[in-house]
Amino acid sequence: MWLTNSSIGRKLVMSITGTCLVLFLLFHASMNLTLIFSEDAYNWICSVLGANWYALIGTAGLALLVLLHFVFAFILTFQNRRARGDDRYAINDRQKGVDWESQNMLVLGIIILGFLVLHLANFWFKMQFQEMTGLKTGAFDPQNGAAYVKYLFTGIYDPAQVVNDGMLNMPDWAHPLYCCLYLVWLAAIWFHLTHGVWSAMQTMGLSSNTWLPRIKVIGNVISTIVVLMFAAVIVYFLGMYIGVKLA
Amino acid sequence: MQGAAEKAQDLAEKAVAAAKEKAAEVAEDPKVKQAVSDLKEKVAGVASQAVQTAVVTAEAMVKPAEKEAKIITPQMAKIPEGPLEKKWTNYKDHQKLVNPANKRKLDVIVVGTGLAGASAAASLAEMGFNVLNFCIQDSPRRAHSIAAQGGINAAKNYQNDGDSVYRLYYDTIKGGDYRAREANVYRLAEVSNNIIDQCVAQGVPFAREYGGLLDNRSFGGAQVSRTFYAKGQTGQQLLLGAYSALSRQIGKGKVKMYTRYEMLDIVMIADENGEKRARGIIARNLVTGRIERFFAHAVVVGSGGYGNTFFLSTNAMASNGSAAMQMYRHGAYFANPCYAQIHPTCIPKHGDFQSKLTLMSESLRNDGRIWVPKKLEDAKRLQKGEIKGRDIPEEDRDYYLERRYPAFGNLVPRDVASRAAKERCDAGYGVNNTGLAVFLDFSEAIQRLGKDVVAQKYGNLFQMYEKIVDENPYENPMMIFPAIHYTMGGIWVDYELQTSVKGLFCIGEANFSDHGANRLGASALMQGLADGYFVLPYTIQNYLSDQIGVPRMSTDLPEFAEAEKAVEAKIAKLMAIQGKRSVDSIHKELGVVMWDFVGMGRTADGLREAIKKIDAIKKEFWTNVYIPGTADSLNNELEKALRLADFIEIGRLMAVDALHREESCGGHFREEYQTPDGEALRQDDKFSYVGCWKYMGEDNEPELIKEPLDYEFTERKTRNYKA
Amino acid sequence: MDKNINIKVRVWRQAGPKAQGHFETYELHDIFQGASFLEMMDILNEKLIAEHKDPIAFDHDCREGICGMCSLYVNGHPHGPDQEITTCQLHMRRFHDGETITVEPWRSRAFPVIKDLMVDRGAYDKIMQAGGFVSVNTGGVPDANAIPIPKPKADEAMDAASCIGCGACAAACKNGSAMLFVAAKVSQLALLPQGRIEAKQRAKAMVAKMDELGFGNCTNTGACAAECPKSVSLAHIARLNREFIGAKFSD
Repeated sequence: MWLTNSSIGRKLVMSITGTCLVLFLLFHASMNLTLIFSEDAYNWICSVLGANWYALIGTAGLALLVLLHFVFAFILTFQNRRARGDDRYAINDRQKGVDWESQNMLVLGIIILGFLVLHLANFWFKMQFQEMTGLKTGAFDPQNGAAYVKYLFTGIYDPAQVVNDGMLNMPDWAHPLYCCLYLVWLAAIWFHLTHGVWSAMQTMGLSSNTWLPRIKVIGNVISTIVVLMFAAVIVYFLGMYIGVKLA
Repeated sequence: MQGAAEKAQDLAEKAVAAAKEKAAEVAEDPKVKQAVSDLKEKVAGVASQAVQTAVVTAEAMVKPAEKEAKIITPQMAKIPEGPLEKKWTNYKDHQKLVNPANKRKLDVIVVGTGLAGASAAASLAEMGFNVLNFCIQDSPRRAHSIAAQGGINAAKNYQNDGDSVYRLYYDTIKGGDYRAREANVYRLAEVSNNIIDQCVAQGVPFAREYGGLLDNRSFGGAQVSRTFYAKGQTGQQLLLGAYSALSRQIGKGKVKMYTRYEMLDIVMIADENGEKRARGIIARNLVTGRIERFFAHAVVVGSGGYGNTFFLSTNAMASNGSAAMQMYRHGAYFANPCYAQIHPTCIPKHGDFQSKLTLMSESLRNDGRIWVPKKLEDAKRLQKGEIKGRDIPEEDRDYYLERRYPAFGNLVPRDVASRAAKERCDAGYGVNNTGLAVFLDFSEAIQRLGKDVVAQKYGNLFQMYEKIVDENPYENPMMIFPAIHYTMGGIWVDYELQTSVKGLFCIGEANFSDHGANRLGASALMQGLADGYFVLPYTIQNYLSDQIGVPRMSTDLPEFAEAEKAVEAKIAKLMAIQGKRSVDSIHKELGVVMWDFVGMGRTADGLREAIKKIDAIKKEFWTNVYIPGTADSLNNELEKALRLADFIEIGRLMAVDALHREESCGGHFREEYQTPDGEALRQDDKFSYVGCWKYMGEDNEPELIKEPLDYEFTERKTRNYKA
Repeated sequence: MDKNINIKVRVWRQAGPKAQGHFETYELHDIFQGASFLEMMDILNEKLIAEHKDPIAFDHDCREGICGMCSLYVNGHPHGPDQEITTCQLHMRRFHDGETITVEPWRSRAFPVIKDLMVDRGAYDKIMQAGGFVSVNTGGVPDANAIPIPKPKADEAMDAASCIGCGACAAACKNGSAMLFVAAKVSQLALLPQGRIEAKQRAKAMVAKMDELGFGNCTNTGACAAECPKSVSLAHIARLNREFIGAKFSD
């Protein structure tokens, strides 16, 4: 199978899975953005997704994409280190025009993966997992995502919406810390995507002398939009937290 | 004829030996011993008489044979009958061919992977021969043909400016100062068109016009635009084309490629008639140092020129003349060694540590104007670095080429441009600190065409100049000076490209070639590819068709063993010297002698001086060279020493040839033979021949053999680029 | 203005392919800045020979930036710290008085060290032998002007064809990938009608050979193009990808 046993094939798998993940991020970020405008709208999306069969298939698909992306990343990196040989250069000086992120995609990927675990524990475990299994893993109704997000980032909640008191166990300082951790995560994603998006297009052959600078710009624009949309929500809540404290 | 001469000599030697033996026998006889004192005189007298008689008889036999052998007739050179434009067709129509089944049984060794070697190896393999191909670099793609910049000539007449096969032929003959073979040059012009077709089919990205058709540029020595080019990297693109064809055959297993191998000798094996034929080579694996033997039915050498005899040249560092010397020592004639081309547009030398001179494409002369100051005091100030070229006003500049040669101006052939530069510098008008440079100025072109157009045309060359010299050629004129670039001389070959040794062929720059005494720009690529693609693959069959009955021979034969032993002995001798001087230091010394006495202006006294000095250098080399390391491992110094040993011999041969050729023609300028205004003066009545030198043994002077050049079809004129 | 400088040269010495390598530092005085880097190496070797030491083995030939024979990883860059040149075109004016210059061989598994700074780049030849050609024999080809080729295409093919096969791309790549080299040839021939006919077969054969020889996977860092002495563009890699993926999908 040429997708696994040729170098360009393996890269194509990386670029296709990566592109799908970017598309998912775009969707996810747009969904998050509704939080700023309307909690009801956000909850409506939560309810549409929930633990429905299509959402579950989607989740499984996503998990597969992430798994493929990472397995191939490790295979490629392993092969590439081997190709480099045992003797490493004593002096390494990065070339002009070579971006730092392009040479550290695996490191960025691992950082992103680490945060992903945290993120899944915080959200997926307390929402879709709760809905799926019926176990009381979260403080709020799984359909009431907006309330949970608000609680996580600001500590503010409406006691009327709490369904499981035992889960309201975060110390106050943890809320802004989460905001900051998410911002760090987003920074890593931004770096990963600024290389990843144009690199995927390059691997798929969607580049030429004219288009090479353009796809780099497209990559920067897409990654910036994704990250800004996510960050806007975090900053919005961080502002809310600070506002409450100051008031 | 040669056979007869050799037989006669053999007879003479046998007679002498027999006489001596008899004398000794008689003297040693115990019965006679008693009466020795009495008879001694008598016996000695008888013996000496016998010797004398034998010698006289032998001489009488040898002389007429030798006399004839000293002339190479058109028949001996295998020049086909018929009118000029029919000769090649006639040859091809009547030559012998090898059928496909037999081609598989025949092995051919090709030494070198330049334009000639790679194209020959690929073409022979395509035909079905088994090819063994050797190069000294790590890849066949690195041969020095790759460095040719300007372009390749062909008589396509795509520009509709009146070009034709005849005109290309005529320009080449005239450019070569009427010292080339008419039939060969005509054939070259004929196949030039096939070369362009072939290269385009291989995917060589020649420059094109907006309509999609091929573009041409003009070059020195021609009044039509017939030069095809690929940016400033034509040699590279053509070589990569040949390399790709060669790669295809290597992939198919029809060519066995040996990289980092250097041929050290040719193995000669006598056939059933006692005639020696080239049957293989001895080569050194440059990585392991191992000496290896290779058999083939024929050996083709395309090893390039010997310009590095001068140490400083535009040739690559490893370019050498050793393959030529190996052929020469086995009886192949070395033809016209003194014809060396000095290229006018090189970057001047900057220090004693310099290892290599860099060529700037001749195409620069299309728009650049060459000048020196009119006033000697301006030149002095330039030499001291007090002023720059741009500080000298227009009226004080001497555009000497335009002044002397109004018709061709800055586009005169290379030899003329080089000598004119030397003349000005000798007169004290040189423009850099060494006084050995002239200006090449683009200010007028920049004004006329705009900086952008100039940058588009020559940008990469300007950048290269700036990287080396650290001066911006857009603001200040470039400095250039002539340097050794190409050698027209080389191993003599007949019309079939076969040397005077059976089964040994020589192609490309390594042979004495079709350029006569001077090569025109963009003709080297043409000749290399013509030989390799379109001439040798045909003509070699005329030889190989007789060899189909010869089975592959074992490399354990005594001839191989002896050749290997001789090579090993030579290496051992070099390694044992353990003197005080590095190879390069001796090579530099040789280079200075060559440049001073066998360079652009030669005199009889100077050449005699050069021969003396070269003999001294030879002695110094063989007694005082130091080679570190061992012979049985990678050893660059040993490689260089082996090459230098041959450069010394070539240098001497160049001087000997230059001394004998009492005329000025093309790249050979004898100061005694010039017109009152300093132009080359040919002596057609005396020197209209190819001067072939035959090796006569290590310590003997070589023997001159002449191939007269009778111009049957073309009228010889004095080259005139003035009007 | 060029002047004389004193430098230290830290050179990788390795007796043979399997020997353990190490750095050795040599001092050189009064090196003229107008000298080329390799002339400096010549001076160093002359010095070593005078001291009866083993001179440093390094590849070089044309010394004008076209044969691709010279290599050397100088101060962290293949072909040294200057743009669009090969090592042989590097000049000492790029270095300052008192500087220590580190010289290493190309390091890539597919380019094993032969001795000191000399490496075996035969892998590139093998890739070319797998498909880097147009399958035409000598003779019997159409007239050169029979097929017009648009100038922009011919020019782009020329840009790709200017590759000198020096190996700097694989040496610069942290993945030891030969993609730029392969892409240059595939792209050149894919752009020209003469090479178009076998384009698919060529892309597959050359990539397969490249993978087989142990070169790494391209991750589009762009280090190859940044260090390429002939500025071969990354766009050619995109074309190679396109050709290869297209060929595989059409199978």
